[in-house]
Amino acid sequence: MGEQKMLKDLFKKAKYISVPIAKRAINEMGDKDNIQDYLICAKCEKKISAEEYENLLKVCPLCSHHTRLYAPERLEYTIDGGTFEEKYNNLQTLNPLEFEGYLEKIEKLQRITGLDEAILTGFGKIGDENTGIGIMDSSFLMASMGSVVGEKLARLFEEATEKRLPVVIFTASGGARMHEGIVSLMQMAKVSAAVGRHSDAGLLYITVLTDPTTGGVTASFASLGDIILAEPGAIVGFTGRRVIEGTIGHKLPDDFQTAEFLLSHGYIDKIVPRIDMKKTLSMLLKMHMRGEG
Amino acid sequence: MANEANQIILTPKEENIIKRYEISKHKNRPTVNDYIPKIFEDFIELHGDRGYSDDKAILTGLARFNGVAVTVIGHVKGKNTNENIEANFGMPHPEGYRKALRQMQQAEKFRRAVISLIDTPGAYCGVAAEERGQGEAIARNLMEMSRLTVPVIAIITGEGASGGALGIAQANKVLMLENATYSVISAKGFASLLWKDPKREKEAIIRQKMTSEDLLGLGVIDGIIPEPPEGAHKDIVLTAAAIKAALEANIAPLLKMSPEEIYNQRYKKFRDIGFFNET
Repeated sequence: MGEQKMLKDLFKKAKYISVPIAKRAINEMGDKDNIQDYLICAKCEKKISAEEYENLLKVCPLCSHHTRLYAPERLEYTIDGGTFEEKYNNLQTLNPLEFEGYLEKIEKLQRITGLDEAILTGFGKIGDENTGIGIMDSSFLMASMGSVVGEKLARLFEEATEKRLPVVIFTASGGARMHEGIVSLMQMAKVSAAVGRHSDAGLLYITVLTDPTTGGVTASFASLGDIILAEPGAIVGFTGRRVIEGTIGHKLPDDFQTAEFLLSHGYIDKIVPRIDMKKTLSMLLKMHMRGEG
Repeated sequence: MANEANQIILTPKEENIIKRYEISKHKNRPTVNDYIPKIFEDFIELHGDRGYSDDKAILTGLARFNGVAVTVIGHVKGKNTNENIEANFGMPHPEGYRKALRQMQQAEKFRRAVISLIDTPGAYCGVAAEERGQGEAIARNLMEMSRLTVPVIAIITGEGASGGALGIAQANKVLMLENATYSVISAKGFASLLWKDPKREKEAIIRQKMTSEDLLGLGVIDGIIPEPPEGAHKDIVLTAAAIKAALEANIAPLLKMSPEEIYNQRYKKFRDIGFFNET
């Protein structure tokens, strides 16, 4: 119950930084008493019904643009109600490079997002199946991976190994957290080793790549799922598009590093629209239950 | 540290860091091709990832180390423009990591130690690298290297930058030449990303903690291999002898360990790196 209340608090706090990705529009009549609930899609810039958009879990009904989600929203859309038990939210990063302003930045983000760090971790049920869960939130310092993100993931995989449970991770990250320098690089090694141990125990790991997943996260646990799913249109890659464009001196095609690009090159198993994600995960989890399915 | 004119006043310690950095970038800095014949006997290069091509930015092969067969892996850099173009300036494509992995898995099969020499500005940033799964290739190496039950020793000899270095550096013991650097990103990249000012490169070299002394302090490396006073390029023979001595000292205890102990030691080594408080 305490967990439930805490999650509600997360929602409340998360609202404050709600960026107007889809803007509320006043209808053309300009009649203030007759304001309809429309939004403008950030991608196609067309007027869409707010209700439809919400019913599709924040996806544009016209162009299928998948809006980035806050971790608590993702949790609500994916995990069976009342089953999530959050874990490892008591870790506070130190400042290995003594980088000016880093800890203040973290404290400020904790205040405005209501999150303790860039990933939410714990255990819960998806379609009645128990699983370890990690959800990254790009509103927290681009969900970059520092000591705490690395430690939460390592603990999640280790505890899931002990409990003999699968793990589902929703990735979204700018990569390694530069403020922690080499220590952030080492988290890639640490988490990948924990994934290996979980895998050696014969347990299932599913990654869901969401927009954007790049750098050191792509080059570690995001690419190591037994099954790798992605949301439509998600940008996933190692080096950012602008860096490559800068190196080669010309523009890259629109579909470069999209989920669709990865699918066609053989790096992911399937693109799953958000509305079908929970059902797909639940089916996959059930098919890996021993002596069942 | 920086005043308005972007001129920075350095302490003697900071000046020393900059000096080391400059030595690591010296145009005559010895490369893997200088070191291999001086450290090993009977080196036989073995090519290809069996999937796409033979990446010239990573070299792999077999050799004898004091008579015992070992697997050798290393980033390749050249001494002139042509050699550097050939080796893509030490920046591997995914097939380079896959070639290295193929050799590491054979080392596991035939119970050989792996010795990895690190010297790269990073994994290559390009369209083909993305199309062939640069992220996946490095990720796979990290997981598979963690699983090896033979000793793995990595030595950062020049520059060890980002996942491109780590992709062949998840070792039981990580050593560094005195003037080498090891970092999550280049100094210029660090300055651009965190201060939006690539001109603050010098400050980034100091702040990022990328020198051997800083990294030993952070617990990221296990030992420093001394270089001649003016740097490795002043005396390659002496530097190679120092590397050899460090390898001997570090491999001996690992050879006495069981496969399971070797696996656990490597797991714990990386598992313990992290700076946080638990409340």
